[in-house]
Amino acid sequence: MTHHHFIANFTVARSEEPLNKEDFMSGEMVRWCPGCGSHAILNSVEQVFPRIGYKKENFMIVSGIGCSSRFPYYVNTYGFHGIHGRASAIATGVKLANPHLSVWIATGDGDSMAIGGNHFIHLIRRNVDVNLLLFNNQIYGLTKGQYSPTSPMGTVTKTSPQGTIEHPFNPGELVIGSQGTFFARVADSNQKMMTDVMFEAARHDGTSVIEILQNCIIFADKSFAGVTDKDVRDNRQLHLVHGQPMLFGKNKENGIRLNGTRLEVVTIGQNGVPLEDILVHDQYRADPGIHLMLAKMAPPLYPIALGVIRSASFSTYDDQVEEQVRIGKATGKYRNVDDLLNSGDVFDVK
Amino acid sequence: MHKRSKILELDEVVVKFAGDSGDGMQLTGTLFSDAAVKAGNDLATFPDFPAEIRAPHNTIAGVSGFQVHIGKHRILTTGDSCDVLVAMNPASLKANIQWVKPGAMIIVDADAFEEKAFTIAGYKDNPLDNGSLDSFQLIKASISTMTAEAVSELNVERKVADKTRNMFALGMMLFIFNRPLEPTIEYLHRKFEKNATMYEANKLVLQAGYGYADTLEVSRSIYMVSPANIEKGKYRTIMGNTATAWGLLAASERSGRPLFLGSYPITPATEIMVELAKHKSLGVKVLQAEDEIAGICSAIGASFAGSLAVTTTSGPGLSLKSEAIGLAVMTELPLVIIDVQRAGPSTGMPTKSEQSDLYQALFGRNGECPLVVMAASSPADCFYAAYEAAKIAMEHMTPVILLSDGYIGNGSQLFKIPKVAELAEIRPPLAKANDPNYKPYLRDPETLVRQWALPGTEGLRHRVGGLEKQNVEGNVSTNPANHQNMVDLRAAKIQKVADFIDEQTVLGEKDGDLLVVSWGGTHGAITSAVTALQGKGAKICLAHFKHIMPLPKNTEDLFKAFKRIVVCELNSGQFVNYLRMTLPGFKYHQINKVQGLPFMVSELVEKFNLLLENQ
Repeated sequence: MTHHHFIANFTVARSEEPLNKEDFMSGEMVRWCPGCGSHAILNSVEQVFPRIGYKKENFMIVSGIGCSSRFPYYVNTYGFHGIHGRASAIATGVKLANPHLSVWIATGDGDSMAIGGNHFIHLIRRNVDVNLLLFNNQIYGLTKGQYSPTSPMGTVTKTSPQGTIEHPFNPGELVIGSQGTFFARVADSNQKMMTDVMFEAARHDGTSVIEILQNCIIFADKSFAGVTDKDVRDNRQLHLVHGQPMLFGKNKENGIRLNGTRLEVVTIGQNGVPLEDILVHDQYRADPGIHLMLAKMAPPLYPIALGVIRSASFSTYDDQVEEQVRIGKATGKYRNVDDLLNSGDVFDVK
Repeated sequence: MHKRSKILELDEVVVKFAGDSGDGMQLTGTLFSDAAVKAGNDLATFPDFPAEIRAPHNTIAGVSGFQVHIGKHRILTTGDSCDVLVAMNPASLKANIQWVKPGAMIIVDADAFEEKAFTIAGYKDNPLDNGSLDSFQLIKASISTMTAEAVSELNVERKVADKTRNMFALGMMLFIFNRPLEPTIEYLHRKFEKNATMYEANKLVLQAGYGYADTLEVSRSIYMVSPANIEKGKYRTIMGNTATAWGLLAASERSGRPLFLGSYPITPATEIMVELAKHKSLGVKVLQAEDEIAGICSAIGASFAGSLAVTTTSGPGLSLKSEAIGLAVMTELPLVIIDVQRAGPSTGMPTKSEQSDLYQALFGRNGECPLVVMAASSPADCFYAAYEAAKIAMEHMTPVILLSDGYIGNGSQLFKIPKVAELAEIRPPLAKANDPNYKPYLRDPETLVRQWALPGTEGLRHRVGGLEKQNVEGNVSTNPANHQNMVDLRAAKIQKVADFIDEQTVLGEKDGDLLVVSWGGTHGAITSAVTALQGKGAKICLAHFKHIMPLPKNTEDLFKAFKRIVVCELNSGQFVNYLRMTLPGFKYHQINKVQGLPFMVSELVEKFNLLLENQ
C-alpha cells in the first residue's frame, strides 16, 4: 500500500520575541481541587507553549465538559469551552477553517471515551492535526464520583456500589485501533516528561493523543499509585525513548524483549539474556504492532509504558483538505459564483 | 406534419411519468421538462421517488414518479392532478390513477401488463381490458416490443434494450407536445459519449417512440402550450437544494468569509452537501461528519475560527443538534442551520414533505434559547432565503434556522439568474487586531451584537463557551442579575433583527374579507388558490411569511385590516399557535394537512370559499 505523504504546508507562525509562562496565564481563578493532577497539566502547558514558540494568538484550546474541560479558561489563548463530548468535533472545525492555528483539546475519560467516543475515534481516524490532552482519572469528577469507561473492572463508585461489571477501555488501544498516528502516556507526577511529550505532540503532524494518568484526589485518589508511588515506580514504569533499548528498574537491569509474537520482561544477564536482546524503541514505525503491545502492557506482568509510544508519519486530513481546495482552484471551471450561476443550460427570455 | 391530429391549445398541463424504480422515470421527466423550458414554458417539477433504492420489482412500493407542470403563465405548483399519465407498469398506474383528471390521457406500456405484474400491483384482472379506464384517453402502446424492434439491428441484449424503454415513452411525449427531438438527441450524445452502442440504442428508441405517436389515429390530440410571458432576463431551471447551496456560496463570496459545511447525509437534505462538495474551486470546505452532532459542532468550531459555517439536516438530525444549537446561541456565533423538513415524528416518512419542525426550530432547546427562524418558499427562493439566512447569521452573530422542505428541496423551477454584486451587502462585525477596547461580549448599542474576533488575530485572545458569561467582560459568571440581563439581551438581540428585514408584504389589497396566512414551501399552492379567487372578485389576500422569528414589524397592523384570518400549514397548527402566542389579539382560523402531501389548489379554494361565504 502506498500513501501520499504531505509535508505540512501550514506551519504555524512563530513568535518574533521570546515568550514565557506568564504570557499564557489567563488570570482567571483556577477552580480545581487542591492537589488535583490537573494543576500539573496546566503548569506543563504554560511551560511548553513558550518553548513551542508559536505566536500567542495562534494557539487555540478547545474542551468539552468535565473537570478537565475548564482548562481553556485558565490559559491565555483563544479558547472554546464546548459541550459534553464534542471537543474533538469542534476542534476539527477550527483546524479545517484555519490550519494556521495550533489546536489543543483538553478532555477527560468520560468526555472522550463515553459521550464523545464517536468523535474521538473519528478525529483520530482522519488524523486531523490537533493535540489532544486526555485527562484520564478513571472517574467522573464533576458529577461527584461515578465510574468512567476507564475505571478498572470492579471499581466501587456511587453508581457501582457492588463494583463495576464493565470492561474498561485502554485509551492507547482505542487510539491505535482508530488508525492513530501519535500516542503517548505520561503521569501527572512527572512534569519533565509531560512537557517533553507535549513538545513532541506539537511537532507531530496529525492527531496527537497524550493520555495523562491524572490523579483525582477526591473521588479516585491513588488510582495510579500502583505505578506512580516512589517505592514501586522504577519497576513498574518503562520510560520509552526513541532509539533506546526498553530498559527499566532502579539500575535499568530489566528490559522488554520480543519472544515469538509476545513481549516479555527479562533481566539482563539472567538466563544468559544479553542487552542486544532488548527491544529498541522505534516510535516512528508505521506498523503499529509493537506500539499496540506496548500500550497494552500493565502490571503485574509488565511495567506500564510511558513516553511517546507511537509517532508515525501519515498525511493529515487538514493538509489534504487544503490540497483539494488548491487543486480545485487551479483546475475548477468556476472562478466565482457568477460563473456557477451562469453554467450549464442557461437561456435568455427577451 | 401533424395534419392528422387535432391540436389542443392549453394554458397549462400537468404530466406525470411513473414506472418501476430503475425504469428511468426521473431522467425522462427531466428531459421532458428541459424541452418545455426550451420552448419557453414556465414550469415546476417534483420527483416522487420511493424511500427504497430498488424496492421489489413491479410493486407499489417501488413506483418512482416525476411530475411536471408546464404553462404559458406563471407556474407555482407541480399541479394537483395530471392531464397526462405515462405508466410503465401496472403498479405505477395503480399508484397514480387517483391523481389523474377525468378524461386525461394515459399512456401505458401494454406489454408490461402481464398477469403476474398486475397481480403484484393489486389488480384482480387486467385494468387495460376490464373497462375501468374507459373514461380516459387510454393509449395502449406495446412499448417493450417496439423498443426491442427499434434496436434489433444493434444486436444488444434484451436487458440492455429494456433500459431504453423510457426513451420510447419520451419520444411519444415529445411528439404529442409538438417538441423537437434534437435537444434530447444532443443530450444523449453527451451522456453516452463513451458508449456508442448505448447512444445509438437510445436515439433509435426515442425516434421510434416519436414515429409511433405520429401513427396514432386522428382522434389523438397534440398539445400546444405556448411560451409563457416571463420577465426578460437570463434563466435556468434550479432545484431547491441546489439553490440553497448556491445561495450559501453567494453569501460566502459577498461577505468574504470562507464557506464551511459540516453535515451528515440525511434525506431529503443530502443534495445540499453533495452540491457544495463539488465546489472546492470556490474555496468551500465540506466535512462529512461522523454524525449530526459532529456536523454542527465542527461548524461551530469553524464559525469561531471565522468561516461562514453551515450545517444541513432534516428533522431527526435537527433533534440531535439541539444541544449544540444552544451552544451557538450562548457563544453568540454565526451559524446557518438548514432543516429540509420531512414527515415525522421519528423516522416518519423520509421522502414525504411536511412543515412539522416549526415548533422544534422555535422551541426545541434547553434554557431560554432564542434564535432567528426563517423559511424558504419555493425552489428558486431557496437561493435568496439561504443568502439572507447567512447575512443575518453573520451580521447579527446568531444561529439562524432556515426551514426548507422535501417538496421544494427536490422540486425545481425556473430561476432568473441574479448577479452576485447586486445582492445585498454582507458586513460581518469583525473585531480589529489589537483593539484595546475589545471585550468578548461588548455589544453594538443599536443591534446588541458582539464582535467576531478571529483566532490568529493579534491582541484579541479570549475564551467563550457554554457556561453563562458576564456581559461585556465574558468571564464565567453565575451572578443572578447578570444571568437575567444576558437572557434578556439574547432575546432582545433576536427581536432587533426585525429592524433589518423587509416588512411583510400582502398579495392583493391592504384590506378585505379574508387574509390567508402561510409560510415556507406551501407558497405555490396557496398563491394559486388565492389568485384564482381574486380573479373571481373575492376580497381575499395572502400574507406568506419568510420571517417567522422575529416576525416582520408590520405583522400586527397588517392583520388588523382583515375581517378574518386563516393560517394554512402542513402540520397540526404550529405557526397558528405561535401567532396566537405572539399576536394574541386576533381570532385565527386554521387549515391543516398532515399526510406527507402538499396542499392541492382545489382543496384550498374550496376551504377559502367556505370561510368567505360564512362571514
